[in-house]
Amino acid sequence: MQDTIVSIRNLSKTYAGGFKALKQVNLDIRRGEIIALLGPNGAGKTTLISTICGLVNPSEGQVLVDGFDIIRDFRKTRSLIGLVPQELTTDAFESVLSTVTFSRGLFGKAPDPAHIEAVLRDLSLWEKRNNKIITLSGGMKRRLLIAKALSHEPRVLFLDEPTAGVDVELRKDMWALVRRLRDSGVTIILTTHYIEEAEEIADRIGIITRGELLLVEDKSELMRKLGKKQLIMDLLQPLADIPDTLAHYTLALSADGLQLTHTYDSQGADADITALLDDLRRVGIHFKDIRTTQSSLEEIFVKLVEEAR
Amino acid sequence: MNWYAIKAIYKFEMARTRRTLLQSIVAPVISTSLYFVVFGAAIGGRIQEVEGVSYGAFIVPGLIMLSLLTNSISNASFGIYFPKFSGTIYELLSAPVSMFEAVLGYVGAAASKSLILGTIILATSALFVPLQIAHPFVMILFLLLTCITFSLFGFIIGIWADNFEKLQLIPMLIVTPLVFLGGSFYSASMLSPFWQTVTLFNPVLYLISGFRWSFYELADVSIAVSLGMILMFLLACIGTVWWIFKTGYHIKK
Ligand SMILES: Nc1ncnc2c1ncn2[C@@H]1O[C@H](COP(=O)(O)OP(=O)(O)O)[C@@H](O)[C@H]1O
Ligand SMILES: [Mg+2]
Repeated sequence: MQDTIVSIRNLSKTYAGGFKALKQVNLDIRRGEIIALLGPNGAGKTTLISTICGLVNPSEGQVLVDGFDIIRDFRKTRSLIGLVPQELTTDAFESVLSTVTFSRGLFGKAPDPAHIEAVLRDLSLWEKRNNKIITLSGGMKRRLLIAKALSHEPRVLFLDEPTAGVDVELRKDMWALVRRLRDSGVTIILTTHYIEEAEEIADRIGIITRGELLLVEDKSELMRKLGKKQLIMDLLQPLADIPDTLAHYTLALSADGLQLTHTYDSQGADADITALLDDLRRVGIHFKDIRTTQSSLEEIFVKLVEEAR
Repeated sequence: MNWYAIKAIYKFEMARTRRTLLQSIVAPVISTSLYFVVFGAAIGGRIQEVEGVSYGAFIVPGLIMLSLLTNSISNASFGIYFPKFSGTIYELLSAPVSMFEAVLGYVGAAASKSLILGTIILATSALFVPLQIAHPFVMILFLLLTCITFSLFGFIIGIWADNFEKLQLIPMLIVTPLVFLGGSFYSASMLSPFWQTVTLFNPVLYLISGFRWSFYELADVSIAVSLGMILMFLLACIGTVWWIFKTGYHIKK
């Protein structure tokens, strides 16, 4: 049996204005996994995280962290959790070292300069420890927020859109850090609206839209389901029919006979584009242009929502 | 109790004061000195004495109260309002910190600052006028109660305010007028009977009267009534804070 660290049961949130941001969410997060919550803007990702972390009062339902209730045993659950918020909200005139030291104290831990130093070094901020926060770049501020969240040695780390406004280099470093943390036993929950990002880092992916958690799957399983691609070929001469020799490909011809579309699964066995192109040449089909498209996240959501009905 | 958190908040707030030393300590000292020049020299030249005490010395307790009230309120209200405004409050809300502990940290720091400020103004005053303190313990008690009570009051304002205007509203429109009309610069006995009665509805009068009594044994109302009033106000503030936390009013969504 999988060991659950965060258990979300029938969680709903209705904001003061009457907007339902979460609808009966159920989710078990496994100890030591990296789980990505994937969903478009406004899906309710931040609301979900904020509720677990104590920033938003739940309207309905229950959340347990390591078996403790987030409301009744808030001291216990919150000392287990670290949160890196979506927005770069920091003080301005504090120094890097003092703000990270402050965070550790706030979470009720005895001072441990050696740990703070290790965290700052890990995030390449040690050289900047005496700088005022206001002098840091956006990427450094993001790392500072991570350092603050790690200052009290949390067992569960929430990263809300950690790569927003972050350059490629830093993103790579961040994923390396996330993996190191996972290897040290920290459970990581991150949100993103990029499917590639979820694919790159997560063990499991939960898809959330309009306040509903549509499904949670192992990444490989989900990618197989969602990774449909299309190869679109504009033909030189109109084609009357698709030749029988090509029948084993999933091909579709447009009404005017000028466009041939091949739908395939980017991970599966039918992804052999070279073979298809060879076969096309062999039967004398020539094209003037060729391109691929990937189903966008929007389309995937639409599909999933339709399937969910 | 999460003592580390209380200490962290307290230290954070005190560090903020050190960074804004000019604004939080030097400015009040200068304005106090100005009051002495304006009220002491200009008006004092005409009034000379109030009930046996030189006018300059007479206004010292009122001046200290004026600074304590306005600074306690502005320190505490800004201390909690600013994280709400900048968004850094997320950290406090996600931390294993009860609201009681947050109040101890924020209000404790604001009250400490006011206490330091009160002491500095007292020392500054001693440079201008001969001071005597008849009841030092009562004086300290009033100082402490006032700092704590009005820091709590400021905390409430900071929680309630959702923009900078609201943050300034109550201090500007209510507290400052009440202090000026509460006998900082005159004795209620100098007013006509009608205005004396009106003044009795001003809660600040009781504070200043009690505080002044601890210096010169001069009071508009009895010291017991003054103490009772400040304690009542303290309880009202504690009750309000308790209610705010009970309802999660204005902090969590
Ligand atoms: N404080 C709030 N009051 C009312 N509605 C809100 C509030 N915060 C968020 N919402 C709404 O809830 C929905 C989900 O928001 P959010 O959780 O931030 O989504 P995401 O993080 O997935 O982009 C959005 O439609 C947003 O407008
Ligand atoms: Mg969000």
